[in-house]
Amino acid sequence: MKLPRFVIPTFIALAALGGWEWFVRVGHVNDVLVPAPSHILQWFWWALFDQASFESGHYLIALQKGELLPATWVTMRRLIIGFAIGAAIGIPLGALCARVRWVRDTFGVLALGLQTLPSVCWVPLALLWFGIREEAVLFVVVMGTVWAVVIAVQESVLNVQPLYLRAAQTMGSKGWHLWSRVIFPAALPGVLSGMKQGWAFAWRSLMAAEIFVVIVTGFGLGSLLNAGRELLRMDQVMGVMAVVMLVGLLADLVFFAPLERWLRRSRGLER
Amino acid sequence: MSPPTHKSNAQAALTLRNVTKRFDGSAGRVTALEDITLDVREGEFLVVVGPSGCGKSTLLSLLAGLEHTDEGAIKLGDEPVHSPGRDRLVMFQQDALFPWLNALENVLFGLRLKPGLTDAERLESARYYLNLVGLGNKEKARPHELSGGMRQRVALARSLAPNPRVLLMDEPFSALDALTREQLYGDIQEIFTKRKKTIVLVTHNIREAVCLGDRVVLFSPNPGRVQQVFDVNLPRPRRMNDPALANLAAEVTTALSSHLTADKQ
Ligand SMILES: Nc1ncnc2c1ncn2[C@@H]1O[C@H](COP(=O)(O)OP(=O)(O)OP(=O)(O)O)[C@@H](O)[C@H]1O
Ligand SMILES: [Mg+2]
Repeated sequence: MKLPRFVIPTFIALAALGGWEWFVRVGHVNDVLVPAPSHILQWFWWALFDQASFESGHYLIALQKGELLPATWVTMRRLIIGFAIGAAIGIPLGALCARVRWVRDTFGVLALGLQTLPSVCWVPLALLWFGIREEAVLFVVVMGTVWAVVIAVQESVLNVQPLYLRAAQTMGSKGWHLWSRVIFPAALPGVLSGMKQGWAFAWRSLMAAEIFVVIVTGFGLGSLLNAGRELLRMDQVMGVMAVVMLVGLLADLVFFAPLERWLRRSRGLER
Repeated sequence: MSPPTHKSNAQAALTLRNVTKRFDGSAGRVTALEDITLDVREGEFLVVVGPSGCGKSTLLSLLAGLEHTDEGAIKLGDEPVHSPGRDRLVMFQQDALFPWLNALENVLFGLRLKPGLTDAERLESARYYLNLVGLGNKEKARPHELSGGMRQRVALARSLAPNPRVLLMDEPFSALDALTREQLYGDIQEIFTKRKKTIVLVTHNIREAVCLGDRVVLFSPNPGRVQQVFDVNLPRPRRMNDPALANLAAEVTTALSSHLTADKQ
C-alpha cells in the first residue's frame, strides 16, 4: 500500500518535536534558554487570547495579553505599504533605466550598488531624518525594496524579444501603447520575480528595523521579539520567529505562487 | 537582364535607389545588400526569390523601416522611409505572435491600432480572417497551444486583417501543408485583386513565386544583388498546376541554379 505523501514528513516532524520536548523535560538543557515546544505553544495561547495567566506590564514595552495579532497587523501594514511604495517607485524607474541610456548609466548603476547594501544600514540615517516613527521604518522598507525592483524591471525590459517589438511597431504600435501592450506584458515574468525578490528584501529590512529600534508609533513583531529577549522569555522569541516565518510563507502562498503559476500556465512555460 | 526603371513614376509605391546594407556581425562585416535599385509599383504583387542568405529578409526590414540603409534611399511614395509604420505591415519569417494574447486577440492587435472602426467591426474582421486561414475554432487558444503551422496561419491572419497599404511577407506559407497552402494562394490572390494592395513577398518556392507575382525578382548572394527580373503576364486567378506557369517556373529555376553552379566553380 502506498502512503499519502504527507504521512512520512508529518511523522518525522512530530518525532522531532517530541524528542525536543523530552530533551528539555529531562533537564539536559536550560529550559530558560531553550524552551520546550509545549511552552512555546502556551505562549502562543497567551499572546493570542489569554486574559488571566500573565501579569501585564513591563517597564520597557507595554506588554499586554493578546497582543500577537495587533503586532502582526502593525508589521504587515508596514510591509505592505512600504512594499507598495517601493514597487510604485521601482517599476517606472526601472522602465526609465531601460529606456534612457543616461538614466541607466546613472540610476541603474546606483541601483546596482545600493542593492548590495543591506538595508539595515539605512536605519541610522532613517532615525536621524524621521525620528523613531512610522516614516523611519517605511523608509527602510522602501530602500530594501526599490533597488531590487529597479534592477529586475530594467533587465527584463531590456531582454524583451526584439521580434515582438518589431512586429508591434509595424502594426503601428508606439509610445505608451507599445509600453503597456507589448513591453510590459513581455517583461511581466521578470518583473514579477523582481517584485518577489523586493518583497523578500522588504521583509528582512523591516524585521531588522523593528528589532533595532523601538518605534513608538506601533509595536510590531520585531519589537515583540526584542521584548522577549529583554524579558528573557525565549518562548516568546521563538514564537515570534515562527510567526515571522509563517507570514513570509503565507505571502508567497497566497500572492506570488498563484500569480507565477497563472503566468506559467497561460504562456506555456509549465514544465 | 531587365534594366532598372529610372522613369520618375508617380505610381511607384516603394522606390529603392542604390541601396546598400552591411552588418557588422561576429563573423566580420557582411554586405547583405549591394546597390539595389528597384521599384515596387502601386498595386503590384512583387515576389523576391533567391538562395538563403542573399538578403531577402534584410530587404523587407529596410522597406519596413526597421533597419536603416548604409547607402542609398528608400521612399514610400514621396516620403523617405525612416521608421516603421502602420502603412507597411510585416509578416515575419518566424511567427511573432504575442504569447500573452490568444489567437483572436493577436489578430485584433493590429486592428485595434487602426482608426475609424467600431469595436464590433474589428471583432468581425478578426473573426473573418481567422476563419479564412481555417482557425475559426481556435479563437481562444494561446500561441503555445497551436502547432507551428497554425501559428503561422494566425500570423498571416494578423497581417491581413488591418488591410495595410503595403504588405511585406517573409515566407508566409513555408510552414503550411500543401492543401492549406493551395487554398491560401487562391485567397491571397483574391484579397490582392479586390483590395488593390501592394505586396512584397519573399519565398523559396519558385512555383509559388510565379503563381503569385506580377514580377519575380531573383537575388544573388554574396553580396545580395538583383540578378534578374521576370515579368509574369498570366491572367488571375492562377492555379498552381497551370502548364504556362510551370514553364516560367522552370525558367526561373534554371537562372537560379546556373548562378549556383557558376558560384561553385
Ligand atoms: N542582424 C544581423 N547581424 C549580422 N548579420 C546579419 C544580420 N541580419 C542578417 N545578417 C546577414 O545578412 C545576410 C542576409 O541575411 P537575410 O536574413 O536577409 O537572408 P535571407 O535572404 O532572408 O535568407 P533566408 O532565405 O535563409 O531567410 C546573411 O549573410 C546574414 O548572415
Ligand atoms: Mg529570410
